Amino acid sequence: MTDSGMFGASGTGDTSGYGGLVRAPAATGSSQRPYGGYFDDIADDLERAYPEFSLAIERVIVDRGELTLHVKREKLVEVAMILRDTLKFEMCMGVSGVHYPENTDRELVAVYPLLSMTNNRRIRLEVSVADSDAHIPSLVEVWAGNNWHERETFDMFGIIFDGHPGLTRILMPDDWAGHPQRKDYALGGIPVEYKGATTPPPNERRSYK
Amino acid sequence: MTTFDPYAPSRETTEGTVFSVTGGDWDALVQEIGSTKEERVVVNMGPQHPSTHGVLRLILELEGETVTEVRCGVGYLHTGIEKNMEYRNWTQGTTFVTRMDYLGPIFNETAYCLAIEKLLGITNDVPERASVIRVMMMELNRISSHMVALGTGALELGAITPMFFAFREREIVLDLFEMISGLRMNMAYIRPGGVQQDLPEGAIPKIREAVKLMRKNFKDNTTLLVGNSIWLKRTQGIGYLDLAGATTLGITGPVLRSTGLPWDLRKVQPYCGYENYNFDVITADTCDVYGRFLIRMNELEQSLRIIEQALDKLEVLEGAPVMVADKKIAWPAQLALGSDGLGNSLNHIREIMGTSMESLIHHFKLVTEGFHVPAGQVYQAVESPRGELGAHVVSDGGTRPYRMHFREPSFNNLQATSAMSEGGMIADIIGAVASIDPVMGGVDR
Repeated sequence: MTDSGMFGASGTGDTSGYGGLVRAPAATGSSQRPYGGYFDDIADDLERAYPEFSLAIERVIVDRGELTLHVKREKLVEVAMILRDTLKFEMCMGVSGVHYPENTDRELVAVYPLLSMTNNRRIRLEVSVADSDAHIPSLVEVWAGNNWHERETFDMFGIIFDGHPGLTRILMPDDWAGHPQRKDYALGGIPVEYKGATTPPPNERRSYK
Repeated sequence: MTTFDPYAPSRETTEGTVFSVTGGDWDALVQEIGSTKEERVVVNMGPQHPSTHGVLRLILELEGETVTEVRCGVGYLHTGIEKNMEYRNWTQGTTFVTRMDYLGPIFNETAYCLAIEKLLGITNDVPERASVIRVMMMELNRISSHMVALGTGALELGAITPMFFAFREREIVLDLFEMISGLRMNMAYIRPGGVQQDLPEGAIPKIREAVKLMRKNFKDNTTLLVGNSIWLKRTQGIGYLDLAGATTLGITGPVLRSTGLPWDLRKVQPYCGYENYNFDVITADTCDVYGRFLIRMNELEQSLRIIEQALDKLEVLEGAPVMVADKKIAWPAQLALGSDGLGNSLNHIREIMGTSMESLIHHFKLVTEGFHVPAGQVYQAVESPRGELGAHVVSDGGTRPYRMHFREPSFNNLQATSAMSEGGMIADIIGAVASIDPVMGGVDR
């Protein structure tokens, strides 16, 4: 889908905002070399240190000055170990889940920002899994600090991190049903009346594209 | 087992007899426990406890007074900020993020806005004056946040006077915030593309005066605590966490710097023009609560130095814009803070109501719909008073975030509680948790 103009009134010409929300999945396709900056060094080093690079890394994306490696989930722990030990990415800044209901068989994505203090570099790992098989190997063995972050992502998205020492809910109550930050989980809310005017809950207000 | 005690009922489990104590008379319990060999006691501390830094629940397993296991229970302050932001436009998001870590609102806003600017590709278009104001506000905020860390930390360890001094200093900063943004907390002052409004008239001399006053006042707490033998006994060698432990747990901020590693994002990965300021990264090599206390005390002076340099820059940049020039992003009216505390721009109202219908339409569209942000994702980190605050922002090209996630330093650093406290005394948990300085609003979001 392409956008034109500021307010996105393409196609129907409906500018009322009641046309419904159109959510486009993120761009696909791999970036071409050279990636620029230290990104080529990272890719070279990783290829050298990890013979199965082309098997494990599905896509390499350079966007807005940030490098993202899309890793197959079967190879995630191996790649993480090499990134930590050989490429000196000592820290993992947690994991953030993203839910793309339209991406069939790749609905759930786990995003790991990595930091190398030795080389002062950052990269990002991404793992996509199907909603029907939402299992990703845990990285707690590699970076112990991922413990709570993986619990949070499980809590909010229902991604099961295999091998996690105690994968329980962390922010929601233990007996909560559902995973709140998935796109198929309604925000909820009640209409609020103030001085005679009623404001609907946020998810029922008009939405602009 | 004699009679049933309503305050200490017991039940049989696979691990033996378990007594639950919820108050009342200890004698009956002690009598009963005396008959068993084990002295394992599980104590639930919090979430409503004055020494746990907010609604933090600690589940402690004790052998006498020695802590054998600590587990944290969090989530009591979860308000679904990340989810809610998916239903508001990009500008409205600032009013949400400012409420996460409520002691460091400016940092939340800055991380969020820098991330949006990166997505929009306008990082270099943000006016210099806006960046300088952001730096100044962040450093003022660092002072007020460190003041709460020091004051409440000392209070929790039994020292009351430092708390009064600390809150006196924090009050000075909050007064400045009120003068600049109209609000003392949760300001939503940093906006995508710049700041909400320029500094009010006469702000710079007032801030200079406050800096002078704070520099003098800081000495009060220094003389009270640095080298104080009681304070040393409660903090030295307590809450030990070395570099290897900090790295594997992803710990950043003063706790990481207390292991001797000078890792400060303001220096190593500068943003908002931090590379143009002279300041030192404070470290300690003791890996303990005292080291973290000293780091925070000394960072205050560094923040004052940065504020002074920012004020010098602001004097040169007098009258320069504080919002990007792109009218498709910048809020239409430059509001000014009125005497009633409300912002309104009469000139702008005159224009949209009287002379230009296009301006009115533009104003309406931008305020109700907001602006579009090109699809993609970024991760933007800033050095908050507690460590690396990272904003992971995903846009699908719409007027609202597709997904927002904050890597909160409090959330991450709380994981170190077990490593810092297990094997120590129960009283030292308080010091260890206080030295992490978790803010539960940030932990639970």
